[in-house]
This record gives sequence, C-alpha cells and structure tokens, in this order.
Amino acid sequence: MSRPEFQAPPEIYYGDTEAKKYTHNTRNQAIQAEMTDRALELLNLPEGQPALLLDIGCGSGLSGEILDEEGYTWVGLDIAPSMLEVALEREVEGDLFLHDIGQGLGFRPGSFDGAISISVLQWLCNADTTSPTSSPPARLTRFFTSLHAALTRSARAVFQFYPQSDDQVTLITSIAMRCGFEGGLVVDYPNSQKAKKFFLCLFAGGGESSGGARRKVEIPKGLDGDGGEQEREPAAFEKRRTNGRGEKGKKRKGAKENHKDWILRKKELYRKRGKEDVPRDSKFTGRKRKSVF
Amino acid sequence: MVRLITHNLLACHAKGCTTNNFPLAFRDVQLENREAEYNPEFLKGFMPKIEWNALVSTARELGDVSLPAECPEPGTETDEFLHALHHVLMEIHVEEGSMVCPNCQHVYRISNGIPNMLLAEHEIK
Ligand SMILES: C[S@@+](CC[C@H](N)C(=O)[O-])C[C@H]1O[C@@H](n2cnc3c(N)ncnc32)[C@H](O)[C@@H]1O
Ligand SMILES: [Zn+2]
Repeated sequence: MSRPEFQAPPEIYYGDTEAKKYTHNTRNQAIQAEMTDRALELLNLPEGQPALLLDIGCGSGLSGEILDEEGYTWVGLDIAPSMLEVALEREVEGDLFLHDIGQGLGFRPGSFDGAISISVLQWLCNADTTSPTSSPPARLTRFFTSLHAALTRSARAVFQFYPQSDDQVTLITSIAMRCGFEGGLVVDYPNSQKAKKFFLCLFAGGGESSGGARRKVEIPKGLDGDGGEQEREPAAFEKRRTNGRGEKGKKRKGAKENHKDWILRKKELYRKRGKEDVPRDSKFTGRKRKSVF
Repeated sequence: MVRLITHNLLACHAKGCTTNNFPLAFRDVQLENREAEYNPEFLKGFMPKIEWNALVSTARELGDVSLPAECPEPGTETDEFLHALHHVLMEIHVEEGSMVCPNCQHVYRISNGIPNMLLAEHEIK
C-alpha cells in the first residue's frame, strides 16, 4: 500500500469514513498515544507549571486527549473537517481550528509554551497543485516562520513524522533552521524496523541571540532497544502509562486516578455542563481550501 | 469552542495584513457557557500574554462586564478577579458567527464552534 499522503490531499483522504476508522482503531489509538507521550517528554516543559500548547494537525483528537489527560490547555489545528467533526464528538477540551498549516499560522508572537505534532509533517511535503504558493518549500517556510513567531522563546516544538527519505529530512530540517529554529532529528529504536520513530525536535530560542555566538542546543538522545511496548496489546499499554506517570499525574485531578476514572470524571463533567444536549449534526461550512469568502 | 483565551491570541494572517489585524471582531455570534475547571496557576501564567484592552472590549461586546479596565499588577490579583478572568477566558464559547479582520475585512466563519481559517489562493502570503 502506498503512503496515505501519496493517495489524496489530507482533507480528502481523511473523509468521514477514514476519520472514523482511524479514530476507533484501538491499536492506532495506542500508537498515537504512545508517540504523544514521547513527544511530551521531548518537549521538556518545566515540571508542575501549567502551559498552553499547540497541537498541529490535531485530527480527531487522539493526541489532544493525552494533553487533556496531562492537564494542559491546548489549541488544535487541522485541515480535515471530518477529523475535526470526530474530535467534536469525542468532546476534547482544546479549541479547534480548521486550518491549513502550509498557509502559515495566525497567532500573536509568544502565544504558546510549546507545540506538538503527531504524524502530520510528511503531509506538508506533497504539492497538490502546481501553484508556486503550494510548493513544499514555500509551504514549509510559511509554516515554520509563523510557528517560530507564535512560540515563546523557551518553547520547543516536537514533530513525530514519517519521512519519505533522507533528502526529505534534510529539506524539512534546513528550512526549520532558516526560519529561526535550532535542534534536529531524534530517532527512537533506530535498529528496529517496526518500532523505529522519527521526532524532529525544534528549539524556538535557538537562532535568536543578538550579536554574540549562538548558544548551541543539545539535541535529546533517541531511545535504544526494540521498543517492545509498541507491540503490546492496548490493555497492557494503558497499564504502563498509568503506572509510569507518577509525578505528572499530580497535575491531573487526583494523583492515583487511572485512565478509566479519568474518562468517568470527564463524562460527569460533561453531564454537568449539559453538553449532551448540544446538537452536533450539521457539518460545518466552508470546507474548501479555495473557497472565496 | 472558540474561547476568548484563543481569540486573544489570534490575528489575521492574510497576505499583506500586518497592521491593525487584531483583534478580530465577532459578528452575529451564538454563545454557550460551559463550566471549566478553575486553575488559578494557569491563569496567572497566562496573564502576561494577554492583550488586556482587546480582552476587556471583546468580553463587553459579548455581554460580560466583569473585568476591570486595567489589568492588576502581578501578585495583586484577588480571588474575585481571577474567577472573573477564568469565566471570560475559559467558559464563554462562541459556537456560531464569524470573526472579521479590522484591517482587510476578511471574514473567518465559525461553525459548530470551529473557525474556518483557510485562505483563498490570492490571500496566501
Ligand atoms: C495521521 S493524522 C494524525 C492526527 C493526530 N495528530 C493523531 O495523533 O491522531 C494526520 C493529520 O494531519 C492533518 N493534516 C495534514 N496536512 C495538514 C495541513 N496542511 N494542515 C493541517 N493539518 C493537516 C490531517 O488532516 C490529519 O488529521
Ligand atoms: Zn486581515
């Protein structure tokens, strides 16, 4: 099977059917959760401090749900209406935007304390029209420039992605550096065909220093081994996550809360808010990238 | 799902629109209040990022007059103030309507709580 990003533009590929299939597949949920956890680890936010994060290509909220769980406030951007629709149904906490990140972001400078992006960046490397504004380098440049501005100086942005080639990694990284970031690629489980994962780890404070020599940032180390937990069943995976989250869990309501309790509490919160009555039937409008307003 | 916390960070990103492009003006809005967990530490951390005048005037346009015209100095926030700020930033949701750029008049429609930020080809930088 060829890669999804070769088959159709993202907002078409992730249509109603695929959005549901993607979101409800428990194995996929576990993999996205695992990679989100790792991205958060690489984000290295100050312990115990609340933060405002950006979830770039948030999709149906599988990555955002982990941010909710960790007690972070977040804003999600995605180009696929059907994915956002599923995110609404799943009642994620973040504010959602229908947005093509290749058009650049529209946030004031210093808005976010960090950004994650799980399984998205490879989509930016495909031109779906011949227009010069839609060439991958033009889209990547617009995206990284506006992202760099939207982050605070101490922020990081961590992208798990599926690069098509070494050249693509070089292209993406060099454009990010030109847009003011420092950092580089972190490869987890490099020797395992199955578990190998790529994280582009960017530091916003990088190229900003005025005059003096650039402070050299240290790129985090990738994980070794074969990523055994990748192959576990979702049940075992949930167990590991709850156990492994001792200190961070404090930020969530109640230290020992497990995943199921968390869901129940969240459900209760929604009942209190009377969210069940909110109609979610109509598809939101204006879904075409080129619509004239 | 557009809350004022995000609205206060949002500027128009259309081509050539670099001044007077904030705050976007709400039009024909439908609001919904939803209780959110009160987190004073988060609010205090977020306060330095707020464009205060824009927040106060936008909240007033949406019918909430609880915020003072001047933002309190760090460390002097009262409980009452923080609760008001919490409500304005985190609990008022704009479900339908639009946001209009004060400069280029681009209209960002909001439907089901989701603003459409997509630009037409000629509006891309
Ligand atoms: C594999 S999904 C990942 C979703 C979510 N981060 C998760 O972990 O489940 C990839 C997402 O990237 C989004 N995407 C692709 N290109 C995009 C673009 N140019 N702007 C915004 N989102 C985009 C797709 O719509 C899709 O929802
Ligand atoms: Zn404008």
